[in-house]
Amino acid sequence: MKLIQKLGLSLFLIGLGAFVLIPFLGSYSLNEELIIANTKEIHQEQLLEVLSPMLGKAYSSNFEFLGAFSENFDGYNDQLKAEALWDQVIWDDYSFAFALAGLTSPVQSNPWLFFALSIGLAAFGGLLYNLPAHRDEPEGIKNNGVFHSSLKSKGILGMLTGSFLIIFYIVLYWFPAYLVNLVAMVSPISELLSGNPASQWFLYGLIYTLAIIVMGIRMFRKYRGNKYQQLRTASVMFFQTAFAFLIPEILVLLNQPYFDFKNIWPLDYDFFYDYQISTFTSSGGVGMFMLIWGILLIIIGVPTFTYFFGKRWYCSWVCGCGGLAETVGDPFRQLSDKSLKAWKYERYIIHGVLVLAVVMTGVTIANYFSGFSFLGNVTNQLHSFYGFAIGSAFAGVVGTGFYPFMGNRVWCRFGCPLAAYLGIVQRFKSRFRITTNGGQCISCGNCSTYCEMGIDVRAYAQKGQNIVRSSCVGCGVCSAVCPRGVLKLENGPEENRIHELPILIGNDSVKLNA
Amino acid sequence: MSVNRHVVIIGNGISGVTCARQLRKLDDQVQITLVSGESAYFFSRTALMYVYMGHMKFEHTQPYENWFWEKNRLALKQAWVKSIDYGSKNILFQSGEKLAYDQLVLAVGSTPNKFGWPGQELKGVQGLYSKQDLELMEENTKSPVNRAVIVGGGLIGIEMAEMLAYRKIPVTFLVRETGFWNNVLPQEESELVGRHIGSHHIDLRLETELKEIISDDQGRVRAVLTSAGEEISCQFVGLTAGVRPNVDFLKGSDLEVNRGIKVNLNFETNLPDVYAIGDCAEFQQAPAADRRPIEQVWYTGRMHGETLAHSLAGKTTSYQPGHWFNSAKFLDIEYQTYGTVPPVWDASQIDSFYWEHSSGKVSFRMLMDKSGRLVGVNNFGFRLRHEFFDQALREKWSGTKVISKLSQANFDPEFFAPYHLEIQKDFKRQFGGDFTISKPSFLQKLFGAKV
Repeated sequence: MKLIQKLGLSLFLIGLGAFVLIPFLGSYSLNEELIIANTKEIHQEQLLEVLSPMLGKAYSSNFEFLGAFSENFDGYNDQLKAEALWDQVIWDDYSFAFALAGLTSPVQSNPWLFFALSIGLAAFGGLLYNLPAHRDEPEGIKNNGVFHSSLKSKGILGMLTGSFLIIFYIVLYWFPAYLVNLVAMVSPISELLSGNPASQWFLYGLIYTLAIIVMGIRMFRKYRGNKYQQLRTASVMFFQTAFAFLIPEILVLLNQPYFDFKNIWPLDYDFFYDYQISTFTSSGGVGMFMLIWGILLIIIGVPTFTYFFGKRWYCSWVCGCGGLAETVGDPFRQLSDKSLKAWKYERYIIHGVLVLAVVMTGVTIANYFSGFSFLGNVTNQLHSFYGFAIGSAFAGVVGTGFYPFMGNRVWCRFGCPLAAYLGIVQRFKSRFRITTNGGQCISCGNCSTYCEMGIDVRAYAQKGQNIVRSSCVGCGVCSAVCPRGVLKLENGPEENRIHELPILIGNDSVKLNA
Repeated sequence: MSVNRHVVIIGNGISGVTCARQLRKLDDQVQITLVSGESAYFFSRTALMYVYMGHMKFEHTQPYENWFWEKNRLALKQAWVKSIDYGSKNILFQSGEKLAYDQLVLAVGSTPNKFGWPGQELKGVQGLYSKQDLELMEENTKSPVNRAVIVGGGLIGIEMAEMLAYRKIPVTFLVRETGFWNNVLPQEESELVGRHIGSHHIDLRLETELKEIISDDQGRVRAVLTSAGEEISCQFVGLTAGVRPNVDFLKGSDLEVNRGIKVNLNFETNLPDVYAIGDCAEFQQAPAADRRPIEQVWYTGRMHGETLAHSLAGKTTSYQPGHWFNSAKFLDIEYQTYGTVPPVWDASQIDSFYWEHSSGKVSFRMLMDKSGRLVGVNNFGFRLRHEFFDQALREKWSGTKVISKLSQANFDPEFFAPYHLEIQKDFKRQFGGDFTISKPSFLQKLFGAKV
């Protein structure tokens, strides 16, 4: 490792360390004004009373503060629940708002300094590490030592990284109140973009985008000489930065609804929720455009693009989840399970999620048009179940947290309902396939090993069979790592796309189907 | 299910396994046993280098999951064969066990050539062919190796050089010939590979032979002496001067063995119900004009297996190879060949078209006979489509026709540099020909790599 890379790695680790420590800075205290300012009117009286033991007290850490908060708040709710006074229970979660409001921390007075020391240093260190990578080496496949690396082959570093990611996602989704220092730290950036203070989602979006950019640059270095890999990496970097991160914030600045123009239902599972529909319909022409654009993507965009290019047009060129998987997740692609058994589970689970998403959305829409007489608030329960189980636990905690355990496409392979939809089109009505080059396969297994979707590519290649699989995201890495030039991603006529009985070229003794 | 006979296949490499799989497809009744001492399950020998280099784990080199064998009723027996009693149709294992067969297929593969060099059995000196060789290489390179010497410039030699380079072990590569692999590659291609080897900081010594391997006082290699009289200090020596049929344990019986096991084009040996396929078989006559009596590549092993399975299933089938093709990878440079491209040719019979990219890492050669018909191609650093050249060779296309349709032969990923355009221009310059040079697509122009 070059000196500059070592320096980069050290800076990254220092930045990461700072990022982990910052949440524990500062002190917390609540007063009446803060409670009133951050509480819905109907809860103000109750909360002032419930939280009265906390008023004016200074708490020296987030654990102390949030401990006291939940003692008072949950104690109050638990008592009501025990008495079955359901209508008096406060269902809203105020912990994040109060923690943010009650925080007094050096981060607030010097947000840019802390940002530079944490996220800034980590990103800068990452760049220093990635930019000089492979500089003195010829272009070619850079998989040396992947399975000798503790991080990349489920060693102790892999376990630690996975655990860290899982904990981060759990805190982000369910305990964001512990992250208020970080949220306050990035608030000036949010205010620059949208004019609003940051939420934990802004913090997440910012880290997510920076991670894709820094690790996207790693991909440029790793795949020097492979234009396909470089272009699609540039594409996911662009779509994440512009479409997922900047444009929605700027829309808010312009008093328009927050909207990611490249997110498609059913991945974007709340697209048809009543509050979303109301937002669209109450936001004039722009809102209507968003609604129509979103629907057109679902019914025309997906089938058309997938017909011509396969699902890769979305999954490995546009999608944000795919963008993270293809950049940050690239070091872990070899960890996907290639067994036939895994494929069986995959099909049940991913299509199960698709059915769930469709049913949930159907019920929601029916309920909306019936003026909520159809199911009343039951859809809310359904939404919170889906949001918890699929949107947060599966897509976030498992989807990303499991990179170092099960590869970088766990969510895309087993869970994403949009991938399931794209996959059905790709399997049955598309011009896309991976062709195998006659009889040139030597069954070495590089393709299967590096397939992030767990496709046993070799099983097809050694038979001379086209690879037509609903799950293939068209990342092109099987083709890149093949030492004999056997695999090529192609769009072509549908005729003979699916070889039921492939024939290997080169042996005139027999005509056989391998 | 009633079993009609027992076919035992010794060797679970690509030929033996292909034969077993195809036979099972053709005949549901036959009992099939695959015997191997080397490994419990079939693995891809060509991928051993990637295990050493950490690209894969050993299990990734196994093309079939472990349940596959039982599901297809292919019995696996892991044992080393000691001898075979062809009279009583019994195999005797080193463990003392016996196994009876009705039909026997010998697919016992190769073993590295050793030409009687002094010191060739020292510790730290080895070839690379089997799983055991790989394990030995791990062992031999565990303790510090300041320099390794590789003897013999073929495909295994360059793989070994790449493997050692990954472990940051400096390599000196002794090659007897005047150019790298120039008993197979024409001069320009051989030089192209030679330059690339140099760019990987591998010390390539052409026209240099191994004289002697020198021992330290513990029976370990300490140095080698070259034909140039130089003593090179080293702690590891790779012997990669080709392979030969692994038939020593079969010699001295009724089975006719020359360099390999002698077979006819039906893979029948001189003994009834005994067949030989793959690297270990030696044809009484070469199967085609451009073929050798011993075929030692993955693809031919597979074809031998496919063909013999038909005979064993009752449809006696002679081996009739199609047009030759092969591929390899020299460090970062991929190589493919279709048809016949010998290292040298008679210029009064053959015309050669050669194009090389200015990077010196991409090249294309096409040989044509005097009537302009395609004879064969070599391509380095970019990919060409097997199906295209198989058709061109079968239909005896002219070289001009091949070049005019070269865009259809391109097998590089999308957005890669369209080398075929440069090749077309260059061909037109050298040989003329009435065809239009292809045009890159709009997207290719916008985003594609430049030549």
